[in-house]
Amino acid sequence: MIAFLLQSGIPFRPEAASTSGAHLDKLFYFLTGLSFLLCVLIFGTLVYFAVRYRRRPHGSVPPVILQSIPLEIVWTVIPIIINVVIFLWAANLFFRDAEPPIGSTEIFVVGKQWMWHLQHAEGQREINELHIPVNVPIKLIMTSQDVIHDFFVPAFREKKDVVPGRYTLEWFQPTKIGRYHLFCAQYCGTLHSGMIGWVYVMSQKDYAEWMYRNRPSESAAGVGQRLFAKLACNNCHQTNRSGSGPPLTGAFGSVATLQNGERREVDEGFIHQIILNPTTLPVAGYPQVMPSFRGEVSEEEILEIIAYIKSMGQEQPQPVAEGNQ
Amino acid sequence: MSTAVVERPLYNPVNYLNVKHTLKSWLLTTDHKRIALLYLGSITMLFFVGGFAAMLMRLNLLEPAGAIVHPETYNKLFTMHGIVMVWFFLIPSIPTTLGNFLIPIMVGARDLAFPKLNLLSWYIFIFGSAFTLYALVSGGVDTGWTFYTPLSSLYVTTHVMAAAAGVFITGFSSILTGLNFIVTVHKMRAPGMTWFRLPLFVWSMYATSVIFVLATPVLAITLLLIGLERGLHVGIFDPALGGDPILFQHLFWFYSHPAVYIMILPGMGVVSELVAAFSRKRVFGYKAIGFSSMAIALFGFFVWGHHMFVSGQSVYAGMVFSALSFAVAIPSAIKVFNWTATLYKGSISFDAPMLYALGFIGLFTIGGLTGLFLAALSVDVHVHDTYFVIAHFHYIMVGGAVMAYLGGIHFWWPKITGKLYPDVWARLAAVIIFVGFNLTFFPQYLLGYLGMPRRYAMYPAEFQMLNVMSTAGASILGLGYLLPLVYLIWSLRYGPDAGPNPFLATGLEWEETQSPPTTHNFEEIPVVTQDAYAYENMGIPNV
Repeated sequence: MIAFLLQSGIPFRPEAASTSGAHLDKLFYFLTGLSFLLCVLIFGTLVYFAVRYRRRPHGSVPPVILQSIPLEIVWTVIPIIINVVIFLWAANLFFRDAEPPIGSTEIFVVGKQWMWHLQHAEGQREINELHIPVNVPIKLIMTSQDVIHDFFVPAFREKKDVVPGRYTLEWFQPTKIGRYHLFCAQYCGTLHSGMIGWVYVMSQKDYAEWMYRNRPSESAAGVGQRLFAKLACNNCHQTNRSGSGPPLTGAFGSVATLQNGERREVDEGFIHQIILNPTTLPVAGYPQVMPSFRGEVSEEEILEIIAYIKSMGQEQPQPVAEGNQ
Repeated sequence: MSTAVVERPLYNPVNYLNVKHTLKSWLLTTDHKRIALLYLGSITMLFFVGGFAAMLMRLNLLEPAGAIVHPETYNKLFTMHGIVMVWFFLIPSIPTTLGNFLIPIMVGARDLAFPKLNLLSWYIFIFGSAFTLYALVSGGVDTGWTFYTPLSSLYVTTHVMAAAAGVFITGFSSILTGLNFIVTVHKMRAPGMTWFRLPLFVWSMYATSVIFVLATPVLAITLLLIGLERGLHVGIFDPALGGDPILFQHLFWFYSHPAVYIMILPGMGVVSELVAAFSRKRVFGYKAIGFSSMAIALFGFFVWGHHMFVSGQSVYAGMVFSALSFAVAIPSAIKVFNWTATLYKGSISFDAPMLYALGFIGLFTIGGLTGLFLAALSVDVHVHDTYFVIAHFHYIMVGGAVMAYLGGIHFWWPKITGKLYPDVWARLAAVIIFVGFNLTFFPQYLLGYLGMPRRYAMYPAEFQMLNVMSTAGASILGLGYLLPLVYLIWSLRYGPDAGPNPFLATGLEWEETQSPPTTHNFEEIPVVTQDAYAYENMGIPNV
């Protein structure tokens, strides 16, 4: 029976192609086995009682059995123990994989009805396709231009909502070269089921070649630098402290103090918010003169400006990512 | 719980059904039993509307590119299926029909505490359904039943306002029904009907009513906020206006997770009655089952965040919601064990209602166990928003709630109508529904694990085989649902008279009223002198 099912062509197991995939599958099979066992025990008892105590002609009146406190305790405590084990196992995996490793390759993702826009840090852009190297942790910095989407790669056992107005992070480390489905898993309107694509996991060498073949004239940070000048950000955010805004060299990753004394880490979400809603993040020591750029910059452009701000204080942005070759 | 102090009155040929025949006497009735029938007719119609949408969806999924409709239509179909089935069938199903009919009789009262309010509930329900049906026939809604923002508040151009207004209005009908039940159980119990002599069905309806009253207003507020943003551009959920789209999910699930228990708790109450009646035994662990209903109602309010593990909510919030979700599974497991233990040394017969009850226990167990997969954080990351979730909640909602509803309708049908239905057909239907259900929804667990997302009008070709299996099962299931409609209506005219207690069951409704009951249920209010389910005094019906 099982052999027949396995040969029937019906797939039973999605491909597992990431580091977390293997761990997750172990837990999944444990849960499946446990459920199967509990079903056998419960249904077995149910069927046994139903048959053994079926009504018979001239049967006697069943005895009065009110309750059994020891039994109630046993079948309360055993499920509690089982649940605690599952909770700890799953929460441990979840917690361990919550933060991407430092030094992950960063890729920007913008979801919009109904396509995926992706951009590599070196500037390569893709639509509904993502090319990544094998055995390297990949960190997606994601936002949406319209409604909520969800970046789901079944083979990596990972998904995360892509929410307008904020950044969400997703990361994975592919372990197998191949082509895998990318689905939008959060219902996003008419062509939700068309918002699909492919993730190509490539060998390091193929990836480097692909990156070189598709190299853009500028890196993401380079484009961001031009935008920074075009939008006249540099009028206020000068490299010395002479502007009316704070200098941004080394600002990314630092801690900003707000006028109410609250301290906030300057991360992608902080910069996003301050570009679109500057009055909500008044930084201490500076006048409130920054205008909102809502409607003037797209989500992709904000990500490029962020890439530029990140690069400030590191080395100058490379015009072309030739180092990859 | 029998023991009338007076001699049992003779059969009264005038009962609540034939006391008056005019349309007006139905539309202006304050008799809880007639109102139950008004609801039964309304929700049965709505069930087939929602079922029809499901059938079209399953047909469309026969082919990867979509066999019959455009994705836009498909989206409207699943939205309509969800809205109708959740708010206009499952939530009102058992409470407004069996609850309305039975609660006053089970506690030994002549009616609910507020009969006119009860009629008002039905009118509000009909008014709300009219809004929603208008939205559906005038072009449809494509937000999904969950109305997630900012899609629902800013992006779609369909009749969101009308559909939301329908759900908003219908919510008040739920609140009034819950209020009515709570007051009735507190204030209208017959002499001697102590809390721990109440049938477990009443306990479960009491727990359900508490959720009705506490949770439904939150839904009303949430829908109102969508209206404010959509109509007046007040920034609540839209980030461009300074709002937060995730806030909507918190508010929505704060109602909608407890609503899941509104759907399943009444079913658990029905099953407790059925298991006792058809094993001729007291329910094992009466208090454990009663208190677990209350525990479910309480814990149910603190697990909403498990719908949002991948929404970007904090890792720590996720862990707390996961732990609480595992906690809410415990009282459900306790119920399953107690029902199973009730069978021990019983005298078990397999009448149609019992087949539904056994089916319920099996399917609810599978649905509950797969709920553990979803409560487990890292597993949920993979299967969230896939067909795994669809399969899980259909095992609870359809395998659980609908099976219990049908079991209850079959059990109390002779009481409600005074007629017997053909038992062979009823058993056949129960088996067909069980088989069709499993064939429809089990393949969806596999689809979900393989990664097929929900709400997809089109899908990659490798998922086709399992989708075809599911659609085949749905055809069998659909047939199974049509059968009771036919033979139950048939029985109204041709069924033999049932007599007051054809199943020889305990309870005031069986022992102290005729079938169908008279308008005031009891000639004299009974005095209760013993516990529920005193089957040891009832003997055993002939085999």
